[in-house]
Amino acid sequence: MPVVSTTPDTQQLTLTLVADLAAPPSRVWQLWTDPRQLERWWGPPTWPATFTEHDVAVDGSSRYFMTGPNGEKAHGWWRFVAIDEPRSLEFEDGFSDESGTPSPDMPVIRARVDLAESGDGTRMTVVSRFDTGEQMQQLLEMGMAEGFTEAMGQIDDLLLTKV
Amino acid sequence: MFAALADATRRDIVTRVLQQEASVSVLARNYDMSFAAVQKHVAVLERAQLVSKERRGREQIVRGDVGTVRAAARLLGHLEELWRSRIDRLEQVLDELSGGDPSCPSSAPRPTPSS
Repeated sequence: MPVVSTTPDTQQLTLTLVADLAAPPSRVWQLWTDPRQLERWWGPPTWPATFTEHDVAVDGSSRYFMTGPNGEKAHGWWRFVAIDEPRSLEFEDGFSDESGTPSPDMPVIRARVDLAESGDGTRMTVVSRFDTGEQMQQLLEMGMAEGFTEAMGQIDDLLLTKV
Repeated sequence: MFAALADATRRDIVTRVLQQEASVSVLARNYDMSFAAVQKHVAVLERAQLVSKERRGREQIVRGDVGTVRAAARLLGHLEELWRSRIDRLEQVLDELSGGDPSCPSSAPRPTPSS
């Protein structure tokens, strides 16, 4: 399994995930920065993501939407805070309306990604941080938890049929 | 519940009383603030059911509520699931693009950094 560890911190409201990937950092970097590659893994199978804008630069922004099983769309945005190719990137991830305008009352997650060379591969560390605990609770109350569980079941099915 | 945890002093109080119950006056010694201020923080935590308070003689004993802290952990657990599933998919994309047929580069176009 590529995931080495996940460390939730209920006091700091962060989740740290460490994964070992079988490709060098320059290759893993593309998974984050090439929108066509990113959208293949960012959203769960039931809510695939489509990135319509992905400006990988400090203060650059992304726009994306996720399409639900009944064709409904959930819009989101990213704003890049820091970029150090191919070692690290940091961005905010939030919700927006259809025009891409960030929704001020919706939660924002800040994510920091570190890519360290490790043998032939990459050790990737992702720290997700909620600005406030209220945001975190709000996000989960919005039913995302159910979506995740559903996605997990689908992935399990996929993995079973793949073998 | 999370609003109560948004403050550093309150998080510290929760951490302490989860390990060992303590009176408000003992807790207050750890912080550069008045007894009343610490008492206010404890009241916020009590309302969020992260701690419970019990009067024992002249002391008010504060104890952490493991159940509520566990609930917070559960919420983080959902985020953990989300990321685990993302990593699974990410690996699949890596496998397909790197391990695929190298004679067919059109299936894996190299992105230009400026795009």
